[in-house]
Amino acid sequence: MPIIIEMTGVEKKFPGVHALKGAQFELQAGEVHALMGENGAGKSTLMKILAGIYQPDRGDVRIYHTKVSPHSPRDAQQLGIGFIHQELCLMDDLTAAQNIFIGREPRLSFGRVDETALNRQAIDIFASMNVDLNPRSLVGHLTIAKQQMIEIAKALSFKPRVLIMDEPTAALNDAEIAELFMTIRRLKSEGVGIIYISHKMDELKQIADRVTVMRDGEYVATVGVKETPVSTIIAMMVGRKLTATSTETPDLSEATTALEVIGLNRGQHIRDISFSLKKGEILGFAGLMGAGRTEVVRAIFGADRKDSGEIRVHGTPCIIDKPVDAVRLGIGYLSEDRKRFGLATGMSIRDNIALASLNRFSGKIGQLDEDGIRGAARSFICTQAIRTPSDQQEVRLLSGGNQQKVVIAKWLLADCDILIFDEPTRGIDIGAKSEIYALLDQLAKDGKAIIVISSELPEIIRLSHRIAVMCEGRLTGILPGGTNTSQKDIMQLATQTNAIMHTIGN
Amino acid sequence: MTASVKPEYHKTLFFRLLGIGIHQKLLAFASLIILLIIFSVTSPNFMQTSNMIAILQAASVNGVLAIAVTLVIITGGIDLSVGTLMTFCAVIAGVVLTYWGMPLPLGILAALLAGALCGLCSGTFVAKMHIPPFIATLGMMLILKGLSLVISGTRPIYFNDTPGFDQIARGSVIGELIPSLPIPNGVLILFIVAITASYILNRTILGRYAFAIGSNEEAVRLSGVNTARWKMTIYALAGSICGIAGILIASRLNSAQPALGLGYELEAIAAVVIGGTSLSGGRGTIVGTLIGALIIATLTNGLRVLAVAQEWQTIVTGAIIILAVYADMLRRKNTA
Repeated sequence: MPIIIEMTGVEKKFPGVHALKGAQFELQAGEVHALMGENGAGKSTLMKILAGIYQPDRGDVRIYHTKVSPHSPRDAQQLGIGFIHQELCLMDDLTAAQNIFIGREPRLSFGRVDETALNRQAIDIFASMNVDLNPRSLVGHLTIAKQQMIEIAKALSFKPRVLIMDEPTAALNDAEIAELFMTIRRLKSEGVGIIYISHKMDELKQIADRVTVMRDGEYVATVGVKETPVSTIIAMMVGRKLTATSTETPDLSEATTALEVIGLNRGQHIRDISFSLKKGEILGFAGLMGAGRTEVVRAIFGADRKDSGEIRVHGTPCIIDKPVDAVRLGIGYLSEDRKRFGLATGMSIRDNIALASLNRFSGKIGQLDEDGIRGAARSFICTQAIRTPSDQQEVRLLSGGNQQKVVIAKWLLADCDILIFDEPTRGIDIGAKSEIYALLDQLAKDGKAIIVISSELPEIIRLSHRIAVMCEGRLTGILPGGTNTSQKDIMQLATQTNAIMHTIGN
Repeated sequence: MTASVKPEYHKTLFFRLLGIGIHQKLLAFASLIILLIIFSVTSPNFMQTSNMIAILQAASVNGVLAIAVTLVIITGGIDLSVGTLMTFCAVIAGVVLTYWGMPLPLGILAALLAGALCGLCSGTFVAKMHIPPFIATLGMMLILKGLSLVISGTRPIYFNDTPGFDQIARGSVIGELIPSLPIPNGVLILFIVAITASYILNRTILGRYAFAIGSNEEAVRLSGVNTARWKMTIYALAGSICGIAGILIASRLNSAQPALGLGYELEAIAAVVIGGTSLSGGRGTIVGTLIGALIIATLTNGLRVLAVAQEWQTIVTGAIIILAVYADMLRRKNTA
């Protein structure tokens, strides 16, 4: 088989992150080549370089042994590289054919669109994929699987030699996955090289020929899928070094239960989740992207709806329909996306810290006790060492770590004793990370009950007293924290698609 | 590293109440001064006390409406119904005072309550039913225009039977105290409304939430704040301020004119925009809006003094809006 793509020695740095460290990759014609690695291993960055979305700092990209440097997605398209993103980007109100040929519609005189030719060309592509689709149907009315087919058809309309598929099965059911795999096999037989990014081991076994594993921006190995056991692949993916000292799990047998979740459900995203959390405990939630961890905590907090399930706070069953209810019960939620869900970035530190507790600082006619707010804000700036010239500084001017401290201060001021941290150190540099870790340890010592969601296994292991692992909306196991649990144990549960509950200890 | 905290700014209470960000409002304020200078140089009649008072008087109704819109715009919304709501409130006052013969305070109260109630309706459409503010208040605008005509039987309602009603806007409490300064009550009311609105925006929980909601509504909701309730309160407050504008205009005309009102909302929004309030929410000041209203009034007055035709005045105002917003964007880009 001829080699289509060779990437060697690819380096890429972003501010604060060394995303790719001499990464390499090779793709043959007519193979399905899986690319695997933990979240943040550099898979997406590498593929975005191939697709012209990013430019590498160093390193070579060769197509059929010719050095290329695609500078835009358009360049990459012309080189025969198609990219099907995980998030579909289709226009719901246009038809299937209009979506496929957007920007290069066949024209008649005076700029009129030749709809007939447009639809005919779309039918040709659908026929080559062996898909039965009406080119005139509105994309918004189609199922996700059909929309995915349109994305593929769009990519194929460029006659690519290489097709990159990023988590293509994330939104598909089993029948739809089977349909997708048939299309992939057909493309393969026509000599198209397919790069397949996925977290799902069972899919890999079904469809992929070879797998390349990445870790921390580095190339680990490329192996054949048939002859390599899953456990070996997992072992190659993990093995990141623990940077900080491990936590000691405190004895919580005497502690009372702060939060209990029983049988929480919502559609495909949350399936029968039950767990409990004690005062002074840090419960980590591990899992791969899309495992449903954020969905679970947002449902608990009342930010999203739930189909069923009971939530008990300090032993009392509670109804939490809105965030207001959760905050009243002393639950605080720190979103993974601070800027969108956590902060009013155009406002001052002082206003942000007080945001969840303004009621306490207002008088009869709603006038604010500005001195009280200032005092509270300044005391948090001191105790949490928020680096700022003034409590009147706009929050958008702070660094990520300091912004995170402002959000934490907001919930502490609101007297929350159950704190949910969703990716607390995302976008935060290493120094500030260890400060946040120390802060979480201290909060737990002070008797707060804490849930931490993190996609970084070393972080989960460093922080958690117990580790809940999720996969595809299910809780697949709860592991003890500390050094007793290895990254491999977690990965095994995180990739375990069948719903067997493993509980080790506790 | 220790956190250092700068001493509090030494602003006078007056400036703090008006919420002046000196550097921010400088642009609009400078434009107003330049306009005043240009007109006083080109026309000797312009800088007379009587003409200055006329400008203030002309700015009063639009200024009050613009303050109402400012509150809503700060939350990230828009209110297109302020003009016809003003008329509706004037008609309600007419019904209560002239048709029912109730005493003056009750008529005023009825106008304010009607305004608050209609504002609450808009607020409910926006906050509870999640109708985009533009659509919700566009609907209210038409409904209220129709209601005014229906209630009044399409005829103006005169206030000849209510002694003192015309004095609400046209009398001058200040002029009685200082005869050389006959500033009409309408202007006084504008400034009282401005100071109150400023206090609410900068010193109360309602104002803080208004800015916070305009800045990032989802973050405020996730902070456990009942954002729907606070948004409805803001719309209701804006509505009652429209009620004040309704009383002002009825008093000036000594009648409630049911056909009036359409177009006032656009002039009010123009004042807000010229005053530097961001239409995307989260930022804005009452003092800016006040200056915006004064700029529009000065332009109209000055061009009339220079005998420029009415139709040209409209064109100039339109150009000023575009210029003002562009200048503001440039300034933001430079400071960002």
